[in-house]
Amino acid sequence: MNVVSKELSSHSESLPELKSPLAIRDLTVAYHRKPVIWDIDLSIPEGKLVSIVGPNGAGKSTLIKACLDLIPRSSGEVMIYGQSYEKERKRVGYVPQRESVDWDFPVSALDVVAMGTYGQIGWFRRVSKRAKALSMQALERVGLGDYAHRQISQLSGGQQQRTFLARALVQDADIYFMDEPFAAVDAATERAIVELLKDLQKRGKTVLVVHHDLATVPQYFDWTVLLNMRVVAAGPTEEVFTQENLRRTYGGKLTLLTQAANEVVQSR
Amino acid sequence: MEWYSIDTWIVVVGALAAVACALLGNFLVLRKMSMMGDAISHAVLPGLAIAFLITEARASLTMFIGAAVVGVLTAVFTQWISRFGKVDEGASMGIVFTSLFAVGLLLIVQAADHVDLDPGCVLYGAIELTPLDVVWRPVLFGTTLEVPRAALVLAGVTLLNVGFVVAYFKELRISSFDPELATTMGINSNLMHYMLMTLVAVTTVAAFEAVGSIIVIAMLIVPAASAHLLTDRLWLMVLLSCVFAILAAVLGHLSALIVPGWFGFADTSTSGMMAVMAGVLFVVVMLSAPKYGILLKHIRKTEAVQ
Repeated sequence: MNVVSKELSSHSESLPELKSPLAIRDLTVAYHRKPVIWDIDLSIPEGKLVSIVGPNGAGKSTLIKACLDLIPRSSGEVMIYGQSYEKERKRVGYVPQRESVDWDFPVSALDVVAMGTYGQIGWFRRVSKRAKALSMQALERVGLGDYAHRQISQLSGGQQQRTFLARALVQDADIYFMDEPFAAVDAATERAIVELLKDLQKRGKTVLVVHHDLATVPQYFDWTVLLNMRVVAAGPTEEVFTQENLRRTYGGKLTLLTQAANEVVQSR
Repeated sequence: MEWYSIDTWIVVVGALAAVACALLGNFLVLRKMSMMGDAISHAVLPGLAIAFLITEARASLTMFIGAAVVGVLTAVFTQWISRFGKVDEGASMGIVFTSLFAVGLLLIVQAADHVDLDPGCVLYGAIELTPLDVVWRPVLFGTTLEVPRAALVLAGVTLLNVGFVVAYFKELRISSFDPELATTMGINSNLMHYMLMTLVAVTTVAAFEAVGSIIVIAMLIVPAASAHLLTDRLWLMVLLSCVFAILAAVLGHLSALIVPGWFGFADTSTSGMMAVMAGVLFVVVMLSAPKYGILLKHIRKTEAVQ
């Protein structure tokens, strides 16, 4: 215990664990009595860009959803800024996987972005002019100002993903959970997302991103969680993202990944 | 063809039932659970029967409550079975509503056979007879209106549904489009789901007695599906679905009076005709809608090729 707290305090920029934007203790989630994530302990320091990396079925989305109270936890607790999620939900933003919604739904890109303000509006109240103006600004920031009134199925995959990010921006949260925002996007969108993430970080936000492209992890993220049902390793990317840890996370399927890890070694 | 004030009331009752259903139907269609209306409208039968057995009378209110309770239970059971039984939502819906419907039939046949509780009446309804049950005679501009009970009940339900959709428009929109995000924001999607299901059950039961389940099932799905082909705006879709519902009611009764004559028959079931008309309107929209219609899509494609 002493060793752990010493380690934590040695990262002088990290706040005490109580104030950590996300602290997870002994978290286990099971579907049909089969554990998906097992005994997770995590503490994320404020203001980090965090990648959550692991093979398919490692429980990355499950981890996010369990933090957001979207699925029941078998055991353990999740603290957001030292409080329960229930109390701090206004400080939390969520970007679900793009395939999780029906893009034929009769709404425009602007409507979707404005949904980011619904949490602050309260029941029975309409979306205000100000909320709409904010939503428009957010759309312009992700380069979709001209597409505001398009029905969302007429946007490309990358534009749809950027619409989701604009929605996260108007949520104006302090900690964001993003489920594969880089999945199947074009190069321009990828650059736009990275820029946005760095900008959020500059404003002191904490962002957790489920990420698949190992090659870009060291370039985009300064903190990394390697997950395969359990946390294999978590910490600053340059310390954690090693060939040895990747092998432990991905098991035998590493041949494809060796190259990525080599790139990491070279980049140091 | 001759038109009596009875015909006006038949159309009014049909239109109210259709609008009440169509309003909720928009969100069933968008949530990809159109068949939930079908399921609930069958599954309420044991609720009707049990309420009847307890009170031994066809008292409307108790039967109404019994049916509404079973309607909500249908939604609850469906979700349980699909969550804990590793069965997909469609199949678990099928399991729940056929079982409950069968229980209802058994109850009626075994225990209530000697009384006038007719399963056939539940299916086709008796809209032609509704104007005979007059409960209110207000005087308006010197003429006495003979308002039937069905019109009053259905007007109440329609108002309830209008209120629900207007008051919770933003919550319905986000919880239908992105239930998980809604839930993380404190807009409980599950709660919205059950509120919607409760209203579907209440509407179904109210419409049953008057117009039969055919209209209920048709109007929960068809007007909303037609409207979705015409617009990309949710509020406009809701509005258009009501227009289609009213059109189907008016055209349905008119054609029930006229069309059979062409073939040498007397007039036919108005409920059936209203449901048929909703289908006819859908086909017209599907063919001719400006953006998503088959014809114009085809024309645009051939033009693009040339």
